[in-house]
Parts: sequence; structure tokens; C-alpha cells
Amino acid sequence: MTAERHGRIRVRVEGLVQGVGFRPFVSTLAGTHDLAGFVGNDPEGVFIEAQGEPSALRAFVADLERRAPPLALVEHVAVTDTEVVTEVVAGTGFRIVASRGEGVRQVFVPPDTPPCESCAAETIDPAARRHGYAFTNCTACGPRFTIITDLPYDRRNTTMAGFGMCPRCSREYLDPADRRFHAQPVCCPACGPSLRLLGADGRPAPGDPVGTAALWLAQGGILAVKGVGGFHLAAVAGDERAVSTLRARKHREGKPFAVLAADLAAARELVLLTPGAEDVLAGPRRPVVLLPRRPGGPVAASVAPGNRELGVLLPPTPLHLLLAVRLGVPAVLTSGNRSDEPIAHRDEDALERLSGLADGFLTHDRPIHVRADDSVVRVFRGRELPVRRSRGYVPVPLLLRRPPARHVLACGGELKNTFCLVKGRHAILSQHIGDLEGYETLRSYTEGIGHLSRLFGVRPRLVAHDPHPEYLSTKYAFGLDDVDLVGVQHHHAHIASCLADNGEEGPVIGVALDGLGLGDDGTLWGGELLVAGLRGFERAGHLEALPMPGGAAAVRQPWRMGVAYLDAIYGDAPPDLPFVRRHRERWAAVAALARTGTNAPLTSSAGRLFDAVAAIAGLRDRVSFEGQAAIELEQLADPDERGGYPAALTSGRELVLSGADLVRGAVEDLLAGAAGPLVSARFHNGLARVLVRAVLAVRERTGLRDAALSGGVFQNVVLLERVVSGLEAAGLRVLVHSRVPPNDGGLSLGQAAVAAALDADG
Amino acid sequence: LAHGAGGSASHTLVEAVFVEAFRNPILEPLGDGAVLTVSGSRLAFSTDSFVVFPLFFPGGDIGDLAVNGTVNDLAVCGARPLYLSAGFILEEGFPIADLRRIAASMAAAAERAGVRVVTGDTKVVERGKADGCYVTTAGVGVLERETELRPSAIRPGDAVIVSGPIGEHGVTIMIARGELDIQADLASDTAPLNEVVAALLDAVPGVRVLRDATRGGVATVLNELARSARLGIVLEERAVPVRPVVNGACELLGIDPLYVACEGRFVAVVDGEQAGRALDALRAHPLGADAAVVGRVRAEPPGLVLLDTAFGGTRIVDMLVGDPLPRIC
Ligand SMILES: [Fe+3]
Ligand SMILES: [Mg+2]
Ligand SMILES: [Zn+2]
Ligand SMILES: [Zn+2]
Repeated sequence: MTAERHGRIRVRVEGLVQGVGFRPFVSTLAGTHDLAGFVGNDPEGVFIEAQGEPSALRAFVADLERRAPPLALVEHVAVTDTEVVTEVVAGTGFRIVASRGEGVRQVFVPPDTPPCESCAAETIDPAARRHGYAFTNCTACGPRFTIITDLPYDRRNTTMAGFGMCPRCSREYLDPADRRFHAQPVCCPACGPSLRLLGADGRPAPGDPVGTAALWLAQGGILAVKGVGGFHLAAVAGDERAVSTLRARKHREGKPFAVLAADLAAARELVLLTPGAEDVLAGPRRPVVLLPRRPGGPVAASVAPGNRELGVLLPPTPLHLLLAVRLGVPAVLTSGNRSDEPIAHRDEDALERLSGLADGFLTHDRPIHVRADDSVVRVFRGRELPVRRSRGYVPVPLLLRRPPARHVLACGGELKNTFCLVKGRHAILSQHIGDLEGYETLRSYTEGIGHLSRLFGVRPRLVAHDPHPEYLSTKYAFGLDDVDLVGVQHHHAHIASCLADNGEEGPVIGVALDGLGLGDDGTLWGGELLVAGLRGFERAGHLEALPMPGGAAAVRQPWRMGVAYLDAIYGDAPPDLPFVRRHRERWAAVAALARTGTNAPLTSSAGRLFDAVAAIAGLRDRVSFEGQAAIELEQLADPDERGGYPAALTSGRELVLSGADLVRGAVEDLLAGAAGPLVSARFHNGLARVLVRAVLAVRERTGLRDAALSGGVFQNVVLLERVVSGLEAAGLRVLVHSRVPPNDGGLSLGQAAVAAALDADG
Repeated sequence: LAHGAGGSASHTLVEAVFVEAFRNPILEPLGDGAVLTVSGSRLAFSTDSFVVFPLFFPGGDIGDLAVNGTVNDLAVCGARPLYLSAGFILEEGFPIADLRRIAASMAAAAERAGVRVVTGDTKVVERGKADGCYVTTAGVGVLERETELRPSAIRPGDAVIVSGPIGEHGVTIMIARGELDIQADLASDTAPLNEVVAALLDAVPGVRVLRDATRGGVATVLNELARSARLGIVLEERAVPVRPVVNGACELLGIDPLYVACEGRFVAVVDGEQAGRALDALRAHPLGADAAVVGRVRAEPPGLVLLDTAFGGTRIVDMLVGDPLPRIC
């Protein structure tokens, strides 16, 4: 190898290229192409200089993208020629050099990733050095987002900074042939974090922590387990007493719990798996996946009362893997918090806040820097339909079509809040923050915005927010100095979110169905047909507006919406249904609120229509969590029923869809003695049909051939399936969510996309 | 219509228009009244307009409301109310009998509060231009104590007291409109607070600030105090006195009693160490019989009011911007 025939190139690689084994990959790749040079990290990504045969250099550059490690996301490779260094001779080799700290921050932080196959095997293998070790990881797996305190991504900027590597770990870390080569959190029992099991009193229990923890669980105990982004509470899923105790202690009435299964085989005993679902369940993001329950599975009744589905997850960390294997049966795993608070993530805090909830604490000494809840997804037509996008997904950016001129912050909504930062084409959606009216949650919101902005070098100058004046996220936006504000109508943001999720700009016929959002006319919207692109929208149609007697009380008490609908339809002669008899005492008072408009704002909400039908059908008069009645109505639907209630579609300046007609259909069936599953199915079918008719009417008028479906109601896969099929059968192309939730958790992305599009135009 | 519903929208209107136009150091604290020094005497001066509908309601009418409102604004400045003025705007055709009734209840309220109505004015406007009758009162009182009542005196550790069960006036008015099918044994709490305030101030040197909890209710008052003191206030949900009948009506109406107007209740922030004495002094007076410590002042979080709920969560009790629209979905 002689230097005269060599070329030398400088390569910059940008994207998600740190903490994913990219430098070792480059080093190995350089070796196979017989190149000399070096590779390193800096705040902009990875820098490379390589020297060798020109053809080898070309092949090397091509492979950078093509063969990148699984967790890497190569967005940009820039190659420039540079001068050949004559001293380079054969065998000089290729080195990994120290990180450079200066420069602009553009690098992405990888998400937290469950144990890869090799690490899982090593943790289980009795002969391996890391047998039974709860912190096994490598460049392809392990904690990332939740332990990173600053960039560049180096061990010193993680919560592993306090752990020095032992000689054996150092050797693995420095050996380009090892899968731990430059894995920042690398550690072993000799040098890394260690587990502790504490009793309810905070005192350490003797013996093997995992073994004893499994024993306590098997005996019916409730354990706090320190996970990736916070503490979980765990109990044996088949133990009715333990699970109902957990419910009582958490003040969590009806919301289903997720269940941890050791592996796919164990999951198969709980739920019906399809190949698509298996990929999601066992994949590198490790969400809780909501799947149809297998009848007779080893799960107590109070795990997911009234649900035909069960949320299942496979171990997100080696600790969960060890615990699940040792326990041998599925365990309920729910976020460690008191009712409305965010998940506890710091040790002292957890001990304090979870005392009284947990009988013991399985914890360790690796701090969690950033809170992240479990992600939750459904599977729709083999693709993910996110319900909550958090651990494992965050903070991987989504690419916008056009970059805004300025950095953007989108503040999100009020419930299920997330926020979103935009820098260039990258939209970085935060982890699930929660419901902002809790003070702890609001704090984690403001701190989260600070942390992510620092991490990604974002200084927001354009701030997008919901126009609802009472959202705490809106008030946060109004409190910022030196920024331009842009209000993005709630349902426009939903449709924009669906567009951004699909990498499109519209215009489309958007169908946004949700609980409530403030409309441009000052009423509360939620059953909307919009002709929308990123830069604007026009309201093309909506469900007929009805009063919500008692405002927010009507959200917590679906029976009030039942009264509002029946009063609108039947006036003083409501039908003789058990629902009406049950509420006879307060009927007139609630109807009077509706009729006089006393604290009874008008709403075209689809969520409220579901509430009304659920209440009238006798499912539920009050909810203990958002969307509960609607979820139960969906669960009830008979999948084989083809009938649907007719509903009028009135055209005028805007199309008006009659929800009352659907309610009337349900009432008539109920009076005739029809069962709940039939009524629910006919309601779903009827709503889907009138929505499809309305979209076709808008197509007629506008010539648009694409539809986008968003809003929390489209987490309902029964409705989603019927609307998508109906629209596709009519020749429309239908966009649905697959990367961010259709609910308000995806709102900030939509706001960000709108703001970015407006700013891109100048 | 958001402006005038109380809460921070009216705050903004007041700040944007009037503080801007009249800017002076006496106006700027935006308390219930102004404290002035005139020829060596410290006087309190306050004005308020009353547009309540209906004009007559269980427990009172627009007349005693107008007297008590200004009396209370003077009282919570720490003053002894002395003289009032009364201005009337009447819609053409307003029944004389109703006007007599209003005047009589004003006289009775003045008598009870120990003040005299010493000047007035009446204008009649065309039919349809006013909702029957509007009343504006202004009043002066004299400050006889050294204590300076102001939000900046609030300290972490102070106790937050309400003088009695909250929400009765606002709920009574909503029901008295007669459109709702609600029967509730309820009357407005309208009352002059000067005596009970004087009893408190005489007994407790460590009173930091007083506010009558009118528009926007206790929640709005506490938010204003937390903001101007740059301190946090943490309420204990279970400690807030609300009569069961008010709670029931609020539950049915879907409103939060913390935001409902009172016309005979006030909020006191007192030195935490003197909270017991303050309660004793208040409870000795009929208008303070159900007084309660409802929360504490803390350093954190500045400017926010939090509510410790029965479930152990901590909810933000925010300043409402306008007519409350549901934000949950
Ligand atoms: Fe929404
Ligand atoms: Mg006043
Ligand atoms: Zn691994
Ligand atoms: Zn080691």
C-alpha cells in the first residue's frame, strides 16, 4: 500500500449516530476496506478521516449508510477530499479518537432500548460473567435518553459517570471487535450499579434481591421496581387480592393495568398474537401492546375489568427480564405514582411518595435523570397505532417536510401533554408528560422543556400553542419573553399531526374526532371535518352541537350527556329506559341546565356522543379516567354485526351530522330489548357510515382525494377500521397515525408542523 | 363578555386601560380601596358598581349588596367605614315600588353597618338601555390602627383563613334566576364585615392582608395574593368550609365553589403562630362562626395556588381567564 495511489477524505455523519455503536462500526468497516484514519464524536455528530484506495473509499462511504448499526439513524453524510498524509503506511490502522466538545449541538440522543439478544442471553447464561446482572448492556441496547445529562454522549455526561470501569470492562470498551466497544454505560457486577431490595420501612433485605423480590411478589406483595424512566409498581397478575389491593392503594378505579410477560411464549398465553403484533411486542422500542385477550389466561379479573384486550409488554430492561424469569408468572406493571402524579423517578422521592403503596422496593444506585413512562400502542392493520409515545421512542426525531426559519417550541395540550421542539427539519417530540393541572406534572413540563432544549441546542423563537385560554400550556406560552406566538386550533393541530406523522403537507379532508377542543367560533369542537393543510384549514362539517350540562362535570359524568341527547330528541317525554328511570331524580335539573345554557357550553364532540350512548346503553354513568365510557363501548361492540343506525347529513354552509339520530336508533333498539353488543356495533357502524358520506360530500365539493383521520376517538380501532374501509372502498387514500398518538399526546407535533410550515414561508 | 366575569381577563382589562390612563402610586396596588392621607388622617376610599340579576334574591337585593360591597371593601383595607354615596341608573319605567324596596334595604344595611349615605345621584335611561336598575356606591372610612395590610407583608408559614362557608351568594343568584329546576335552602351571604374584621384586627397584630372574596371567589383572591406576594399558597381541600347544600348545588351545576362569589366572606392571611387567636376572635362573631384555616403560605411555588386533594394529589387552582370552559376532554 503506497501513499501515492491513495486518496484521503473527510466525512461528517449526522443523525442519530452517537451511543449506537457507530464509531466501532466505522472502525470495523474501515478495517474491511483496508483504510487508515480515525473517527470521533463531536456535538454535530461523527467526524471521520479515512485514507486508502479511492475505490475502497467509495465503497466505505456507501456502506456508512447501508450497513449502519440497528439503532443508528443516518440523516446526512458529507464527504470532502483532503490532502493525503504521506506518513500513513500499511498497518497504521484506524483509530477511535477522543470526543471533541465544541461546536453546534445537532446530535441526537438515542432512545432507551431493551436488552438485545446477546445481552439477554448473557444475563441468563449461568456461565457468563454477567449472569444475573441487572445492568447488562452494549452498543445495541441499554439505557440512553433517561440517563443522559448533557451532550456529547459520553459516559461522563450520563448518570453512569460515578461508576469507574473495572479492567475487564475497560478492555471490552476499548476492543473494536467487542460488541461493547465504546458502549458508554458498559459495566459488570464488579464495577457497575448494584441492586438493593428494601422493605416497606426502607431497610435492606438480606439475600439475593431479585430472588427475594420474586418471593415477595409470589406471596402477594406489591413491589416498587426501579425501571428505565421511573418506578413501576408490580404484583402477580393472577393474584386477585394483590391486584385489587394495588388498585385500592393507587386510587385507580377502572383503568386497566399492563402485564409483564417474560417472553413471547409467555405473552402468547395471555393474548392473541399476530406476526405484526409480535414484531412490535418484541421489538427494540418495547411498548405496552394492547392485544385481544386469550380467554382463561393467568390474569385476575381486576387487571383489566370490562376489557376484551390486555396490555402486555416484554421486559424493557435486564432487571425486568431477571424478575420475570425468576417469578415464572406474569406480573402487573403499572407506573409508580399516586393517582394523578407523574411517575416517581428519583430514589428518595420514590421512597417517600410510594410508601404506603409498596410493600418493598427493588431499586438500584444508577440514577434516572429524565422521567419516561412506558409507551402504549395498539396494532392496526399490522402497523403500530400509538396511544402513548414515550420510553423507547423518545427522543428520536420525526422529519418535517420543510424547515422553519426559526427554532420552534410547540406547547401541546392540557391532558396527555407532550411538547415538541423543531430545529431544522427535525421535530423532537417529548416523552409523555401527563395532565398539566397537577403541580408535579406542570413542573416536569417546564423542566422537560428546559432539558430537551439544552440537550438539542434549541432556543425557541416561535412558540405554537392551543388557543384554549385555560390550558396551562397556553398560559406557559403567554409567559415567555422574546418569542412570537402562534395559536393553532385544536383540531387543525390534530390533522396536522396526522399529516406530519405521514410526512405530508396536505391539503386533505381531515376528520378529527375527540373529546373537546376550543373551536374558532368559541364553542367546543370535537366531531370535525376540516379541509386542512399545514398552513390553514376550513371547517367543512361537524356533528350537530349539543349542550354539555354542567361543563366539565358532563365529561366526568357521561349520564349528563345522555340527558342532553334524550332531552334534545324527546323533550319532556323521555323514553322508558332503565337509564331514564335511574336518573329520574336529577333529570329535570340537568335538562334545565341544558335548556337554559347555564354552565352548559355547546359542543360538537364525538367523545361526548360516545359518552351519551354508553350511558344510555347502561354501560357507565361516571368515568374515572378520560375516555373510559367510550373505550368500554368499543370493547362491547359485536364484531360480526353489519347493521348501522341511519343518521341525517344536512348540507348548508357546513355539513351537519346528526348524532341525535344515532342515539335515537340506539334507544329504539334498547326499547325493543336489543343487547349491548348489538347496539354498540350498530352505533359504530352508523357513525362510520355518516362520516364516510360526509367525507365523500366534501370530496365532491373540493376534488380532494386524500383523507386524514385523527383525534383521540380514532384510538377506537372498531371505528377506525370501519371508516378506513369505507373511505378506501370509495377510492380515497387514507392517512392514519403510526408514529404519534391520534389523541392529544400527538397535538404538539401538529402545532409544530403548522408553525414550521408558516415560518418556512417567511 | 369575558371581561367582567372576574379572574384574570378583567385583570388585564383593568390593567390595560385604567391603570394605564390613571397611573399613580395610590392606584397601582389595585387593592379593594385606596388608602389616602388627608390633613394627617389616614382615610380609605372605595367605589363599586352593582349590576346583579335578579335584583331581588333570597337573603338580599341589589340595595344591601351595594351598601355591604363598599362597606366590605373599606373594612378589608382596615378602615372603619363612615360615609357612602349612592348613584342609580334606572331604566325608564322601572317600578317605583321596587325602587322604594331597594332604598329601604339600603337604609337598613347602612344602619346595620353604622354608615350613612350622605350624597347621591339618579339618572334615567331609555327603555332597553339598562337592565332595570344599576347601583354604584362609593365610600370613605378612617384607618385607626397602625397595622398596614398589604400582600407584600405575607411570609412563608403564614396561615390562610376564610371567615365562613363559601359560595352561597353566587349559587343563590344562579338559582334565583329561576330557570333551573333546583330547589335549595339557600340565601345570599351578603353582610357587612366591618365588625368582624375589627374584632380580628383588635385581637391579632399579625394580620398581613385581608380581601373580600367577591367576584371570582376565594380562588381568584388567593391567586392575586400569591402573585403579588410572589409566594405559594397550598390549600387543604378538606379544610375549605362549604355548606352541604352549596356543595350539592355546585356539583349539580358543575361549578367549583372555590370560584363562586361571596358577598359576606373574606380571606385573611395571618402570621401562622397567631392563627389560633385569629380563629378565636373570628368565631366569637356570628359572621365568623365557621371561620377556618384553609391553607398555608410557602416559599414554593411562587405565584401559584395549589390544592392538596383528598387523594393526595396536588392540583393547581389557577386564575381563570374568562368564563370557564372545560379543558378536560
Ligand atoms: Fe383533542
Ligand atoms: Mg369590591
Ligand atoms: Zn446488548
Ligand atoms: Zn466491570
